[in-house]
Amino acid sequence: MIAALLDLLGALLLLVGSVFMLLGGLGLVRMPDVFNRIQAGTKTTTLGTLLTLSGVGLLQPDWALKLLLIGLFILFTNPLSAQVLARAAHRIGLRKTPLTRVDRLAEDTGEDA
Amino acid sequence: MGSVTTLHELSGLTMVPLLAILLLFWVALNASLSWQVLSVGITVSLLIGWLFRRGLSPLTELRATPASYRAGLGFVWHFLRELVRSNLNLARVVLSPDLPVNPGIVKVRTRLQSPMGRLLLANAITLTPGTLTVELQDEWLYVHWVQVESADIDAATARIVAGFERYLEVMYG
Repeated sequence: MIAALLDLLGALLLLVGSVFMLLGGLGLVRMPDVFNRIQAGTKTTTLGTLLTLSGVGLLQPDWALKLLLIGLFILFTNPLSAQVLARAAHRIGLRKTPLTRVDRLAEDTGEDA
Repeated sequence: MGSVTTLHELSGLTMVPLLAILLLFWVALNASLSWQVLSVGITVSLLIGWLFRRGLSPLTELRATPASYRAGLGFVWHFLRELVRSNLNLARVVLSPDLPVNPGIVKVRTRLQSPMGRLLLANAITLTPGTLTVELQDEWLYVHWVQVESADIDAATARIVAGFERYLEVMYG
């Protein structure tokens, strides 16, 4: 009974995690420039992966410790890689969407906004 | 994190937290304490610990006080809530036919002094609704915002930084 409940909950978490990943993919296609795309990609992959890992943890409780470690690793590395990508993109002056309202970084480093 | 080499650094004590974390991670991943696993773990941890002996680890500057641990828990809870909100917010934007974005890069200021506190702040900002840290210069953070609410430094700081700073200030100062 409890095992069945855990299975159901685990499957549900897997599903919700996958939905967020799908939305992230949609964001990559729809967002207007590289910075907005990085935003879409980072947030959804972080939560999506965490939910998926939790789901797997409920389905396979023996793996819980390893899954937790993977989750921690994702939490620390995902935002860092996003920040490094965004910084590199800004430094080499990748095109920003014309919708961009303000760019304080370009103003302060003396580039064209 | 001064450029002057201190006695503390020379004695190798600064690499202890990083070493401990690495070794713990390795043992937990292998789920074994056999001498083969341990000796490989210790060798590699020592090597990495030595290579990054001037580097940071989450424990480097963490204050060891009860208030600090409470703030740590508060930080994690606040962070997880923001992460969920951030994803729901993004889902709403991506699923709207007219894609309601109003992006820009704003400048915000942090009161945090410790490099580790600033790093955690930058990471947390990246995972909260619509914001992404692009550049970190001393006390200034340049943050990409999908829906810019205000380009004013103080207003943006209150909106983006204050929520996490409250906890990190207690943890790292």
